[in-house]
Amino acid sequence: MDETVTLAHGAGGRQTAELIQRVFHAHFANPNFTGDDAAVLPRPHANIAMTTDGFIVSPYRFPGGDIGKLSICGTVNDLACMGAKPLYLTCAFVIEEGFPLAELESIASSMERTASEAGVHLVAGDTKVAGRGQVDHLFITTTGIGEILPEAHTSGKFAQPGDAVIVTGDIGRHGCTILLARNDFGIEAEVASDCAPLWSAVHSLFLAGARPHVIRDATRGGVGTVLHEIASESGVGVELDASSVPVTPAVKGVCGMLGLEPLYLACEGTMVIIAPQEQAETILASLRNSPHTSTPAVIGHITAEHPKQVLLTTEIGAKTLLPPPTGELLPRIC
Amino acid sequence: MLSPREIIEGYHGRPLRVMEVCGTHTHEIFRLGIRSLLPQSIELISGPGCPVCVTPTGYIDEAMFLAQECGVTICTFGDLIRVPGSEGSLATARATGAAIRPVYSPLDAVDLAAAEPERQFVFLAVGFETTVPAVCLALRKASSLGLRNFAILGANKTMPQAYLALKGSADAFLYPGHVHAILGTELCERLVHEGISGVLAGFTANELLTALAIIVLRSQEGKPFFENCYPRVVRPEGNLAAQKLIDEWMEPCDAEWRGLGRIPSSGLRLRPPFADFDARLKFHVPPITGRPNPACRCGDVLQGKLRPDQCPLFGKVCTPLHPVGACMVSNEGSCSAFFQYAQR
Repeated sequence: MDETVTLAHGAGGRQTAELIQRVFHAHFANPNFTGDDAAVLPRPHANIAMTTDGFIVSPYRFPGGDIGKLSICGTVNDLACMGAKPLYLTCAFVIEEGFPLAELESIASSMERTASEAGVHLVAGDTKVAGRGQVDHLFITTTGIGEILPEAHTSGKFAQPGDAVIVTGDIGRHGCTILLARNDFGIEAEVASDCAPLWSAVHSLFLAGARPHVIRDATRGGVGTVLHEIASESGVGVELDASSVPVTPAVKGVCGMLGLEPLYLACEGTMVIIAPQEQAETILASLRNSPHTSTPAVIGHITAEHPKQVLLTTEIGAKTLLPPPTGELLPRIC
Repeated sequence: MLSPREIIEGYHGRPLRVMEVCGTHTHEIFRLGIRSLLPQSIELISGPGCPVCVTPTGYIDEAMFLAQECGVTICTFGDLIRVPGSEGSLATARATGAAIRPVYSPLDAVDLAAAEPERQFVFLAVGFETTVPAVCLALRKASSLGLRNFAILGANKTMPQAYLALKGSADAFLYPGHVHAILGTELCERLVHEGISGVLAGFTANELLTALAIIVLRSQEGKPFFENCYPRVVRPEGNLAAQKLIDEWMEPCDAEWRGLGRIPSSGLRLRPPFADFDARLKFHVPPITGRPNPACRCGDVLQGKLRPDQCPLFGKVCTPLHPVGACMVSNEGSCSAFFQYAQR
């Protein structure tokens, strides 16, 4: 018989305890995992970064990952963007009544694997069960705390004219994967989400002596949206060279068919790094040696001209504006 | 030998007005930055090639009537949802409970109808020769499934008469590659005798630059011309299977174009034996005369009489997020492209 999550699992009684024991305790066990009302944690040695993110991706399982892996990567990567080593996460589940327990276990196990790779401990959690139709399968919210490297000092406000604009890998794969996984277009292509935890990559470039001004996760809205944000926050212009933006042939092909701009498709394991030009080679070298960032590229530079705008040198060498995001991006991709 | 780009950039002869008649061309020209390469003597005008843009206000009103008064589920290409009718748009109708379903293909609408036989579905059939074959395939499928709950609200258009109506708006047309992949090139050859010049263009940077360079060169000969610069896709006879399919289901009719008015024989309607699929007859849609916003100059933009940024509404009350006119709605609309890519 296929066991499913029932409203009783969320009622706080014996079934809730069983569910926590069977699914979450089994997968998330670590010295800091609490059975009490709150986790008690040792004080870190430096300033902390803290962030939270909700995950409602549809479908919840897709080539290259699932909502569980995504929920760890999203929060871990947000911490990494501030130069913070991810230490602890909490997670809150809202599960639709009738959701298969085996699926829940598989998602928990994927969270366990990803957390272990990212070197982060899940320390507290919450489970709620909602009636059928009130939630689409399951939603996960994770909150994370990280310890900031003393040498890290990053913000969207710190981009300087002359800085190099780097992406840590090919862009648009997560957005493209979700688009195809929904089967609305009847297009099949070999695309898998880039969903991956990136702390070790970020750490490696600090270890190599690089001091980036901005690191940002190119999730919703993709690299294009992130660059518009940075241009606006730092009051600078961005100049991109379209031909150096890494895009896999499959993503390029799908975008061509559907009239999409890869720069606006979400990434879940690719970041934008803005750093002094002279550090670019160091950064590229460190990234190449890290597990999920083997194809980084310098895609442009920061300029004092045309502040708050993103200019693109197109494949024919003409300069155009990269149109700002219009808000018609795909819903429910993360 | 000069490259196409060198030919274009080096042209300083008499002013040359080139009209692209395809929304995808408009968008690609902006995206690639081709306009920034053009010398002052070449002007590109965006013509009526975006199906959403040429759809008149009254058509949206008809769709709203079907959705709100007849309770049918409207299936439509997404862009159309935001096009303003006389009062509100399908988006506002949806917000008040009307059933509006965006689809990517007319066949999806048939699948929806097959899955819910107790509901009535109407597909908004807009678009040019490129879209009509898919509409006919959808009708054929609905017919073979014996569906009684599927119909179309027809407003399909065809380009040949529009070219004649636009004669004089430009020195040469950049003919739409995909439309002529269906139609073939015979029409373009005939238009030369009517004094209309044009070049058939593909959609890559090279194809577009080559087509523009050919226009520059040929227009110096001083007589009307045509050249097929997209031979890898467009054959002289066109797509015979698609032509046959269209002819089987549809017949020419007069059509209302936003901005251009009524053009004889420039539209397609269902042939009489297929009247069961005609939503206007099936649901007794009354004749509706649309009332477009009087300040909107989409019509002049579509005829190349006005640049989008010369419209008093452009960028102020009319933006992609809050479109007043149809040209600001679709990514392929000239106002939308102008707004997104223009330096501000």
